[in-house]
Amino acid sequence: MTYKADEQEKYVLECHGISKAFGGTQALCNVELLVRQGEVHALLGENGAGKSTLMKCIIGLHQQDKGEILFEGKPYSAKGPTEALNAGISMIHQELNPEPHLTIAESIFLKRENTKGILLDKRAQNKRADEILKKFNFPYNSKTLMKELTLAQMQMVEIIKAVSYNSRLIIMDEPTSSLDSEETAHLFSIIRELKEKGVAIIYISHRMEEIFEICDYVSVFRDGTYVGARSMEAADRDGLISMMVGRKVENVFPKVECEIGEVVFKVEGLSGKGFDDISFEVRKGEILGISGLVGSGRSETMRAIFGMDPITEGKLYLEGREIKIKKPGQAIKQGICMVNEDRKNFGLALHRSIRENIALPTLPIMQKGMLLNKKKEEKNCLNMGNLLKLKAASIEHDAFSLSGGNQQKTVLAKWLLANPKVLILDEPTRGVDVGAKSEIHNLMCQFAAKGLAVIMISSELPEIMGMSDRILVYHEGKIRGEVLREEILSGETDQEKILAKAFGGM
Amino acid sequence: MAKEKEKILGMDGDKFRMFMGKYGIGVILVLMMVFISFMEPSFRSASNMINVATQVSINAMIAYGMCLAITTEGIDLSVGAQLALVSCILGQLISNKGWSIPLAILAAVLVSTLWGVINGLLISKFNMFPFVVTLSTQLIIRGLAQLISGGQAIPITDAAFKRIYSTKIAAVPFPILVLILVTVLMYLLLHWTKLGRYIFAVGDNMNAAIASGVSVIKTKTAVYAISGFLAGIAGVIFTAKTASAQSNIGIGYETDAVAACVLGGTSFAGGVATIPGVLMGIFIIGFIYNGMNLIGIDSYYQSMTKGAVIIGAVLLDMVMNKKTN
Repeated sequence: MTYKADEQEKYVLECHGISKAFGGTQALCNVELLVRQGEVHALLGENGAGKSTLMKCIIGLHQQDKGEILFEGKPYSAKGPTEALNAGISMIHQELNPEPHLTIAESIFLKRENTKGILLDKRAQNKRADEILKKFNFPYNSKTLMKELTLAQMQMVEIIKAVSYNSRLIIMDEPTSSLDSEETAHLFSIIRELKEKGVAIIYISHRMEEIFEICDYVSVFRDGTYVGARSMEAADRDGLISMMVGRKVENVFPKVECEIGEVVFKVEGLSGKGFDDISFEVRKGEILGISGLVGSGRSETMRAIFGMDPITEGKLYLEGREIKIKKPGQAIKQGICMVNEDRKNFGLALHRSIRENIALPTLPIMQKGMLLNKKKEEKNCLNMGNLLKLKAASIEHDAFSLSGGNQQKTVLAKWLLANPKVLILDEPTRGVDVGAKSEIHNLMCQFAAKGLAVIMISSELPEIMGMSDRILVYHEGKIRGEVLREEILSGETDQEKILAKAFGGM
Repeated sequence: MAKEKEKILGMDGDKFRMFMGKYGIGVILVLMMVFISFMEPSFRSASNMINVATQVSINAMIAYGMCLAITTEGIDLSVGAQLALVSCILGQLISNKGWSIPLAILAAVLVSTLWGVINGLLISKFNMFPFVVTLSTQLIIRGLAQLISGGQAIPITDAAFKRIYSTKIAAVPFPILVLILVTVLMYLLLHWTKLGRYIFAVGDNMNAAIASGVSVIKTKTAVYAISGFLAGIAGVIFTAKTASAQSNIGIGYETDAVAACVLGGTSFAGGVATIPGVLMGIFIIGFIYNGMNLIGIDSYYQSMTKGAVIIGAVLLDMVMNKKTN
């Protein structure tokens, strides 16, 4: 299966036996990667397969626990992106982070400015920058401010910067995610030019067509392990997808079948940033799974429904009547609650007590005149904590002191106290240990059995398949497929089929 | 064998840290009082204590408002100027326009509250930096005060108005009674109401507060409105004390208010504050002035001591709480 290293070939980058753990989770386990000079090498894998962690080890944002990296045949280690850049490795990040108020020249020569004594020599620097820009036929001059450029142009400046550092290896993380087809074609022509000059490129993308178009080799990762490498000529789409999935669906999910009632919540033709013309409905007692890659529009849709982001078009119906939601407060009042995927930023006030966190959305119903009814509040919070088996020394402790699983239970307790009709869970078991994970799954079934409509987004296919009554699959902002539980139980639809849909296949 | 545990003052190291983290400011206050009374026995007299409490009542009102602003990751630099504006409005209305005292007070406090609302809306609705907003409105407010008073001090000779500062009920001066009332109300507001919870939640994690349905605009506007209102009350007491309306009063009052908040454990990172803490912070600053005056130390040293005490208190808090991210 594995691709054998050819002794004759010259590798720019060799990673051997790289392992990296964060706390208890093994993000990378004994991973290999071989990249030749002048090749475009694709990295493929589901979210969380370990691609970004490996790249971060290479550019020095993480240090691997074990393993060796060779760059141009010599042992290599970088303590940070600047060291990597100076060594000849640069990375074009998916989320570009340019300084908007710098000129193109200042951005390219950041931290290595032309100087005359202690002063900057702007003239010489601009001249140098203009020369490089001309080589790439870049339509702006060196004095243009970064903020005036389009995303594609900013990306081009990053690539030009990488070349100006004489990088022999450029890592591109989802470079086409915000480009249109013309811009993508331009990027590909630049990539081909770089290739001819002997620059190696690591190309991370979820877009299969692009990988087939531009890449020479592909390495596949799964759950932090290296599955294998293929020459693109020898690879086919289905083969790659089954390499990515590999594992069997283990039926460790405590799914309890319960009666599914009438439609509670309906979405019609919903559009907004990152999603387009989304329609679906969810019923009482149903767990609706939402699958798709990160950035496919699944979280974006749910955030908009919850009032965190604007809706540009479309209608929402709750129990048959149309509702308008512009702010989370309105959604909560209507009975729609959402557990955000980013617990630290959107879930908890970490330095306040567990009690205050749980009670926050429901304070208006725990009043006694002008003041808070702290007895009622404590009783409610304790009841909810017991129901969810929240483990804490006391509810007066900071949320900060809890483990990931118990923090998530605190967020759940907060929403259950608000007595919702629709509960949206975005990655409900992310960063949660195995024990708490199955408890949360159990709780989801309990909520559903009580008549709650549950919408669950998850990047973990086994979780989605094990828990959902119905699965919607997103691809590039649209729903591309619907899978029923019967199809999964009968084996008619498996992980590979769902993943193929998420990657835009039929 | 297990390592011998670190012991401080007969307490287990961790316990000592917990104790100091929670009550450190109180310990500093008590140590300071013991030290000053040792140096100057007249410090302990009831009349001196009442004297200090009356003096700090004005600063305390301002500090409570400041505490709310800092808790929401903001600051209110306009409070000193608000004092001047309230004073000039009172002078103009009572002495020159002949308004009744209650009506004039109502009007003046209404204006300062309105400025608080303006601060709050600029900060929350337009997402401007609190420092910049209140630095600018402070200039406008002081300018207005100068405009109203015509740059001249307006004497307020009405004896009834002066009594706001000097009258005593059962030997307790009226400003102290106001201070007690405001302290109780602020304690209830911050620790026993919905708004108090929202203030803490917005200050600790604004995104999580929004995602829990909290309105940041309402919360922050309320915070600055309260700060403006309290600055207004402080302005009334101040004007009654001096019996004259001046546009140059209140300069530097925001500094003492910030200092009191910091001493009282209010975190500039937001989301952490207690009203009793701020009150103790105010008294520490009051005692620095009073104690040094009594002992007869030159006033130049008072400012230096205040700065050193604040740094010391915050350092102690950092070490004791071992703040980790």
